[in-house]
Amino acid sequence: MTQRTNVSEQAETVMTTRTWQSAEARTAWLLSTPALIGLTAFIVVPFLLALVLSFTSQRLISPLPTRFIGIENYLATFADAGFWRGLINNVWFVAVVVPLQTGLALFLAILVNSRVRGRVAFRTVYFMPVVTVMAAAAVTWTLLLNPNGLVNAFLDVITFGTFTPDWLGSTTWALPAVMAVSIWQGTGFQMIILLAALQDVPEELYEAAELDGAGSWKKFLNVTLPGIRNGLIFVVTVTTILAFRLFDQVWIMPQTPGGPLDSTRTMMLHLVETGFGGQAIGRASAVAVIFFVLVLVLTLIQRRFIREEGGAA
Amino acid sequence: MRARGIPLIAQYAVMLLLAAFFLFPLVYMVASSFKPDDVVLSDADSIAAFLPIPFVGVENYVDAIERASVFRSFFNSMVISGSIVGLGLVVNSLLGYALARLRFRGRTLLVAFVIALIIIPFEALAVPLLFLSAQLGWLDTYHVQILPFVANPLFIYLFYTFFLNVPVEIEEAARIDGAGPLRTFVSVVAPLAKPAYATVAILGFLFSWGQFLWPVMVTRGIDVRPLALGIGTFKTTPPVQWGDIMAYAALMTIPLVIIFLIFQRYFVQGVASSGVKG
Repeated sequence: MTQRTNVSEQAETVMTTRTWQSAEARTAWLLSTPALIGLTAFIVVPFLLALVLSFTSQRLISPLPTRFIGIENYLATFADAGFWRGLINNVWFVAVVVPLQTGLALFLAILVNSRVRGRVAFRTVYFMPVVTVMAAAAVTWTLLLNPNGLVNAFLDVITFGTFTPDWLGSTTWALPAVMAVSIWQGTGFQMIILLAALQDVPEELYEAAELDGAGSWKKFLNVTLPGIRNGLIFVVTVTTILAFRLFDQVWIMPQTPGGPLDSTRTMMLHLVETGFGGQAIGRASAVAVIFFVLVLVLTLIQRRFIREEGGAA
Repeated sequence: MRARGIPLIAQYAVMLLLAAFFLFPLVYMVASSFKPDDVVLSDADSIAAFLPIPFVGVENYVDAIERASVFRSFFNSMVISGSIVGLGLVVNSLLGYALARLRFRGRTLLVAFVIALIIIPFEALAVPLLFLSAQLGWLDTYHVQILPFVANPLFIYLFYTFFLNVPVEIEEAARIDGAGPLRTFVSVVAPLAKPAYATVAILGFLFSWGQFLWPVMVTRGIDVRPLALGIGTFKTTPPVQWGDIMAYAALMTIPLVIIFLIFQRYFVQGVASSGVKG
């Protein structure tokens, strides 16, 4: 913080400045220590441990000694149909949920950003599902998606009885049902972030575009979208990463976790079943490392986009 | 963007429709929580699903409380979330302030370290943490559910970006009056950072109150289990009493709604002034 080199300091002698600085450094470390201990003990150490364990035969509770087994856990994971099923479901989930949710969130943000009466009330309502605990939302939706439930009663009317699937009992429709619930629950949060980004777009840019005779659609394409680019990239990345972490819904909503017939199995469910249910810590650590690499790649892609933006601006 | 006449009416219509979409499951949940179990199911396919008729008062709530030891798990959730949020606000803001304002060797490196940690998802750490917790004999305790979540790199980063945007002049006044860095922070900077604290408190509460994966892994009995896990009690013990389940879901959601409504002004302000939006 170079700004602090100011008049009041210049007046001091070199000696007192030095003691003051070392006192500042001491305070800095004092303030930092509690958080740094937490970060080290609960993120750095477990992360390194996951790397190490993924090459061993470690089990949660086992009389057998732990052995180093090379990349066997990784090979076993890649040979496991359950892992691939989970990964494919995750990718499918991302492909549908990320564009839909981001688009809906942007639409909501634009609606509540316009100067209509009651916009704060609408904003609050749209955010309500975010404030609902996922476990509570998931059971409520389980009841709503019941074959004779409210969702089907509604569909029965608008499709004249042609489309009333047994959502959570069907291998085709269970995953789309989970997607719908996730969009319902997550959109409000993305809306708030995009709303903040929208409010940062300078009003003058819109005025300039109006002078050039741009219509609403042109203004949206040429002013709004470039203006909120970083916000959008952030939302897309976070939604993608969260989509790979999908767990609560597929644990609670189907009759059996990940069911029926693995149609809602996800990577996280696979990890929990391997590490917790199967107590195979080494094997589950390998899944965790693969998962981390995936998230890392996604984040690096995001950084790249944001940097390009910085270069262009 | 000022709409008038027909466009305005159309916009309201769209906004109301969307409001209905986001709100109807919650209205349904609350309405069902006041109805007899069998009526919840028989009303499920009509508009009557949204009306708490016949009204059974708090009967379902009483049942849910007896069946799922709600008081116990509510207390557990309060202890766990309260500790995570309370301790987290202190330690994360202190580090965020040190990184943003104090000069010391290694600061730039520490900032990079914190940012790098943000992308490590907790789920990738859950397995080794479970292993460590088992080794340490921490299973079925409160602290195994609290300590891993207190120091949070995302929250540190949010505080860091917020403090960077606080004008330096404000602190200089305090410094000239002879206040040390810690006193400057407590008496001048922290009070200014209300939106940042509110944002982190809400995010922290949202996240910890709904936690599901980690408690499933590290707790077994009801003694230390949080509220969210209690919902499983109803699924495993038939007959399925939907009225009770909805009462339980409502009980779980209400504290969050109250906290959000109280702090939402600061929250929106906090998101706007922090690095969340990218």
